[in-house]
Amino acid sequence: MRKYIDKKNTQKKAYYNDRFYKAPQIPKEEVDSDEVFAKDVESLRSKFNIKETYIQRGQLVVYIEPKDIVKVITFLRDELAYNFLSELSAIDWLAKSGEFEIFYQMLSTSKRKRMRVKYFIKEKQEIQSVMGIYKSADWAEREMYDMFGVKITGHHYMKRILMPDDWHDHPLRKTYPLHGDEEAQWYEIDKIFGKEYRDIIGPEERDSAKIVEKDTHNFARIKHEVPFGAEYSEEPVDTDYQEEDGILIVRKLSKKDVKILKERP
Amino acid sequence: MAQHKINYLSEGGLPVALTTVDKLVQWGRSNSLWPMTYGLACCAIEMMATGGSRYDFDRFGTIFRASPRQSDVLIIAGTLTKKHSPFMRRLYDQMSEPKWVISMGSCANTGGMFNTYATVQGADRIIPVDIYLPGCAPRPESLQYALMLLQKKIRKEPASRKLKPKRLV
Repeated sequence: MRKYIDKKNTQKKAYYNDRFYKAPQIPKEEVDSDEVFAKDVESLRSKFNIKETYIQRGQLVVYIEPKDIVKVITFLRDELAYNFLSELSAIDWLAKSGEFEIFYQMLSTSKRKRMRVKYFIKEKQEIQSVMGIYKSADWAEREMYDMFGVKITGHHYMKRILMPDDWHDHPLRKTYPLHGDEEAQWYEIDKIFGKEYRDIIGPEERDSAKIVEKDTHNFARIKHEVPFGAEYSEEPVDTDYQEEDGILIVRKLSKKDVKILKERP
Repeated sequence: MAQHKINYLSEGGLPVALTTVDKLVQWGRSNSLWPMTYGLACCAIEMMATGGSRYDFDRFGTIFRASPRQSDVLIIAGTLTKKHSPFMRRLYDQMSEPKWVISMGSCANTGGMFNTYATVQGADRIIPVDIYLPGCAPRPESLQYALMLLQKKIRKEPASRKLKPKRLV
């Protein structure tokens, strides 16, 4: 029988905590198993220092030196007909090895093949922009900077793309808390009202399951609605859209007078 | 000699109706609420549907205006992100008094399912809200009902400019 696990606060617990658990890996194949990729890797090897190559899910993965990136991407476009840069971004391995893994996903429409160029950089190492080769790298590189804080040289407009310009830290790093750091949690209050308003407005309510029945400052209990901040009343009230005696000129629709027709007359 | 005898005090005694200035002014205000055309996310689609011919907001005297200077009601329709919050507050400040706010949908009420770093956890952290409308997204009928409740709320308020200061102001 499966071990009983308490279901309270399941979201806060690790989903899987088997000590001997090993995350499944997608099987890697040798490059020689594919003719087109074998040729590509051969011509790449003749020009650049290639560290590691394999095929995963029918896509070639090539590890290169960070300094070669512009030349490699140009070579792939001009000589090997990889004419489309679909995506580029970073993977955070800072906790494991203090490094970012940068990947460039390429597509060749004539060969009908996809390949991935990868390399590792240290946390504060700058990388070269490939915007001059592929225009699609423009926003992708800005997003990489915004989300991971990877500095890029040679980009014409190196600013954040999603977060505001005065945002603190880079949200897609593994160390960034989901609910934001202190600056993030008070961002709108600090910006609109100033820091001294923090005490008046109070911290964010992050517990989505929290219900305080008698709190009349945030939510009214259904059938017990009272004005903002008024005393909670135990007496159930029927909230209606109109006063009992109607309003000027408009007569109130009484529910007794309502007729429901079974079919169209 | 009057041709028709008028019962001034009965309910249907038109053409004469007796009331107070407060009630008359607020009755007028409540029947010409002009919301601002401002959508943030998917709730805005429902807001547009409510303004369209099927649900027809116009019959409440509610006509969407394209400028904060001409509108009385701010419908916060959708997810309010932290990046967007200063602009939202500025638009609210640009509206002239008296003004009311409907927070439409779960995201505007509490942040909804976006319990993350980038979303304002409830629009009432930056703007005082009059009506909280639950739903994800609320159907046009719900928005219509929220508007009718807002009308009722307005009818109860005094017409004087010395309104009780709302929270955050």
